[in-house]
Amino acid sequence: MFFWSIVLILIGIYSSYIFGQSRIKKLVYSTNLKPKSQYNYHAQYVLSWCLLPALIVYFSWAVFEEQIIQNLILDSFEYVEGAAYDDGLLLAEIRNVANNTDFSEGKSKEIINAASQYKSLKLTSEISFYISIIIIMVLGSLYAVRKINIQFNAQDTIEKYIKYILIFCSSIAVLTTIGIIFSLIFESFRFFSQVSIFEFLFSTEWYPFIPIREGQAAAEGSFGAVPIFAGTFLIMIVAMCVAAPIGLLTAIYLSEYASQKVRKTVKPLLEILAGIPTIVYGFFAFVTVAPFVKSFGQSIGIDASPTSALAAGLVMGVMIIPFISSLSDDVINSVPQNLREGSLGIGANKAETIKKVILPAALPGIVGAFLLAISRAIGETMIVVVAAGTAANLTANPFENVTTVTVQIVVALIGDQEFDNPRTLSAFALGLVLFVITLSLNVLALRIVKKYRERYE
Amino acid sequence: MNSIVTQERIIALRKKRSAQDLRFKYYGFIAMCLALAVLVFLLYSIFSRGFTAFQKTTILLEINYDQEVLKLTPDSTEKEIEKGKFFKVKKNALNNVFENLSKSDAKLIKKLFSTNIDNEIKNYFLNNPSVLNTKQKLWVTAHSNVDQMLKGNSSRDVPEDRRKLNDIQLSFIDQLVQENRIQKEFNNFFFTRADSRHPEIAGIAGSFMGSLLTLFVVFILSFPIAIGASVYLEEFAPKNKLTELIEVNISNLAAVPSIVFGLLGLGVLLNVFGFPRSTPLVGGTVLALMTLPTIIIACRASLKAVPPSIKEGALAIGATKSQAVFHHVVPLALPGTLTGTIIGLAQALGETAPLIMIGMVAFIPNIPTGITEPSASLPVQIFLWVESAERGFQEKSAAAIMIILLFLFMMNALAVYLRNRFEKKW
Amino acid sequence: MVDKNNTKILAKDVDVFYSEKQALNKISMDIKEKEVTALIGPSGCGKSTFLRCINRMNDLIEICKVSGSIKVDNEEIISSATDVVSLRSKIGMVFQKPNPFPKSIFDNVAYGPSIHGLADTKSDLENIVITSLKKAGLYNEVKDRLNEPGTSLSGGQQQRLCIARAIAVNPEIILMDEPCSALDPIATAIIEELIDELRLNYTIIIVTHSMQQAARVSQKTCFFHLGELIETGDTNKIFTNPDNTKTQDYITGRFG
Repeated sequence: MFFWSIVLILIGIYSSYIFGQSRIKKLVYSTNLKPKSQYNYHAQYVLSWCLLPALIVYFSWAVFEEQIIQNLILDSFEYVEGAAYDDGLLLAEIRNVANNTDFSEGKSKEIINAASQYKSLKLTSEISFYISIIIIMVLGSLYAVRKINIQFNAQDTIEKYIKYILIFCSSIAVLTTIGIIFSLIFESFRFFSQVSIFEFLFSTEWYPFIPIREGQAAAEGSFGAVPIFAGTFLIMIVAMCVAAPIGLLTAIYLSEYASQKVRKTVKPLLEILAGIPTIVYGFFAFVTVAPFVKSFGQSIGIDASPTSALAAGLVMGVMIIPFISSLSDDVINSVPQNLREGSLGIGANKAETIKKVILPAALPGIVGAFLLAISRAIGETMIVVVAAGTAANLTANPFENVTTVTVQIVVALIGDQEFDNPRTLSAFALGLVLFVITLSLNVLALRIVKKYRERYE
Repeated sequence: MNSIVTQERIIALRKKRSAQDLRFKYYGFIAMCLALAVLVFLLYSIFSRGFTAFQKTTILLEINYDQEVLKLTPDSTEKEIEKGKFFKVKKNALNNVFENLSKSDAKLIKKLFSTNIDNEIKNYFLNNPSVLNTKQKLWVTAHSNVDQMLKGNSSRDVPEDRRKLNDIQLSFIDQLVQENRIQKEFNNFFFTRADSRHPEIAGIAGSFMGSLLTLFVVFILSFPIAIGASVYLEEFAPKNKLTELIEVNISNLAAVPSIVFGLLGLGVLLNVFGFPRSTPLVGGTVLALMTLPTIIIACRASLKAVPPSIKEGALAIGATKSQAVFHHVVPLALPGTLTGTIIGLAQALGETAPLIMIGMVAFIPNIPTGITEPSASLPVQIFLWVESAERGFQEKSAAAIMIILLFLFMMNALAVYLRNRFEKKW
Repeated sequence: MVDKNNTKILAKDVDVFYSEKQALNKISMDIKEKEVTALIGPSGCGKSTFLRCINRMNDLIEICKVSGSIKVDNEEIISSATDVVSLRSKIGMVFQKPNPFPKSIFDNVAYGPSIHGLADTKSDLENIVITSLKKAGLYNEVKDRLNEPGTSLSGGQQQRLCIARAIAVNPEIILMDEPCSALDPIATAIIEELIDELRLNYTIIIVTHSMQQAARVSQKTCFFHLGELIETGDTNKIFTNPDNTKTQDYITGRFG
């Protein structure tokens, strides 16, 4: 469907353009008047009336076709009394049979019937798709051509359309935010209708193991997220203990002491560090740092877990070093030069100037940078998924195994997803917490940095 | 003015101060070196683990393509050959690796070979049907355990019960080594095959293709939308509350954790709009939404860098605003927007977490060919291999990391090149 | 006329390069103790550059290379062996734009004495701060709000705060780089009066754009043009009867 609809649309674009152009030329020829807009704008006008409705049809078909067919299939499915059905599995089975990826031998009669119904619905849908897209393109072009005349200001209209398209493009970001908020709140709401919000926020027991299918032996789950928040906090603290001093001192060295040459070589190297995918850090944490931490723990007589908070935190710290150093570097560089000169001018040495004049002056900006780094550390996923644990432990010992918000989201969604089971839904509640915290940290940090910038401008 | 005592004290203090100054400078220097040392250490720990994955171990096996055993004739069609009894030929070959093997030894020998060797034996025959009724010496893939042992990734000094290969198997390997019947060769499987449960025949071709298709979707969606949005915000948008909201929104969206975008993909794209699960289409859409703010910010910066005099010049000769923008400003800003887009794509290439949410984490043993087919992506493949208990996957994941770093490096180099080549100083 | 005994600064053949570009060419001059010396000349003539050589502020610019000899109290300062910190504690500097630190008024002035260890006790420090503020003629205006940020003062007050900050470390020389260019006429008049008072205790070198100002506050004037020192001498003489025609042209406003 994809290929042929593209071909169809391309043909539509070409013929509507030619159609519009010939139309206006004919008008000009017969009336011998100068048109208000040039030919190509009239042609573009017809083209846009051909293309835009067709695209709308195309996308709504792409989005809703499968949904509608599935609902039709499920409605007319002959359920056998007494058998347990799962809609998702059932549909997958029907689709497999229909697409011949699964052998129909040994399947029940209902499934085979549904599969053939699915096939015929697909075919009907495809045919009606092509017909409707052709009709819509023809109708659109005809409508547009009727509006073309010598007096018609096609250029203005086209520019207005362009502006609408541009506005649509910029609203995508807003739509994304709305989508995020909608999906998080909607699913969290479903979660909190099954689990009390107080239990979630204040209870310290996290055992999200509710049986997914009936008959599966498991205890009743409990959803107290405190140990998860504590674990996230612990790993974040370890990470900041590594990244804050190293990142800040590096920024100070680069902006105040290093020669141009050193700056020019070191900065791109730090950018490499910043551009490494987080899964690579995860590998590093899991394969190199975790065993090291474990043997280090043994050497000082502490039994370290192989998925200790320390290993994940250390590597996460390394990940945010370039983040802190580049932000702090910007902040330090925006401290006006005359403050530096003022301090050096009365005989302060560089260290004194930095510690007593530059850092206090840059403090708000540096705090902002740290807040952004913290937000980054809290939202980081792959390092902790690979290197931290999955069991919710309430502890402050970095050699022990803790879990984080992001890890629990991944754990809840990586296997079977059941959208009426609180285990799956808990991911969205945790996601909501994560979103709110990182967003507020970010808003706060941006505000501080902005205030700080204004002070020196 | 000061007494001599104070003067002396000031001089003493001055010494202390300059020592402090020097110390502070060294702290900064040490911090910088530490950061760089970690980078070197990280790359070293990946490269030292990964480069062995570019080689595989093969064992020389003598195969008797016997017409009777295969149940084939010289005029068998390809379809009939597909159904030939190659496993029997393999069994005979394995039983004759060494002379006079006992039954239990033959079982142990079998475990030295990859499960894929049936296919290798068959494929060789498909390519050379004339070998029917001849004996051929073939290099076939060894089992991952043998491979890891010979590469030194797993030690043979640990007690037998903690080894994957027992003492008898080790002695067989030693004998094969002595007789030069075991060798290392370039691991073509790593580059031509998709994921597999068996490390020795697992490759990155499938996930690489998945990444490519995903990036294609990201590019198709994010590049035009980002240009449209940034042109609107930079050139057309009225200065009002709504515009401000959009701007604040974009800058905050850039800092939303990637995993939240995964939840968006799952909650909205999959559950509401019914996008096909685990496919580059939905993965690319999620990543496009995620990288959009980054690209928009870069595009706006490059639009801003075009001096207003150019637009004014166009307006002065009677161009409409959109003509001035699209004919003059946008083409001049294009290299900058491309650079921004490449950097956004690099970010998308390395992203893992949102893809896990939308199910691109399934085990997919074939190479995808379209954006609506289930597939993995390179970073997810690395994740799956890192999580895997099998020893042999560790070097694969390190090698896949090397490949992904290589591509990131090339993309960034391209962005830098574009910037230097086309950047104009106004 | 030249009295060797009270020469404070002696410059000889000072060359300054910014990478390839020569900014100063063989500048030689001597500057007397407890006098105000004005450096005048058109923009870019190198007068500020020369001023910044005297307290080695040019070290901050990586591409700047200084050669030649400047002696302060008979001590060579253009050498790698010079202790820049002690040099700068001896030579205070006031900048074109007032640059109080983002700290309280008190801390701004106390900063210098405390890092140099000039005060043993808190009351010593307070004394130094108050004396310096008094010397800078600012004390009466700020005595009730010493804990407010220095940036809250008006431009002229900020500049006097910077002067107080410079005085507080007990310098012998004060360099002023166009100290009034960012100020209104009233604030300028106050600063000029202050300079006249400070002359009793300090050697002052002032770079200025305004010839009237040079005429009003200085005893000696040096005229720079395109990186060269054209003429130097008593202010009265330079402004009434210069030897060089370029000087004549500049002070009568024919260029610059």
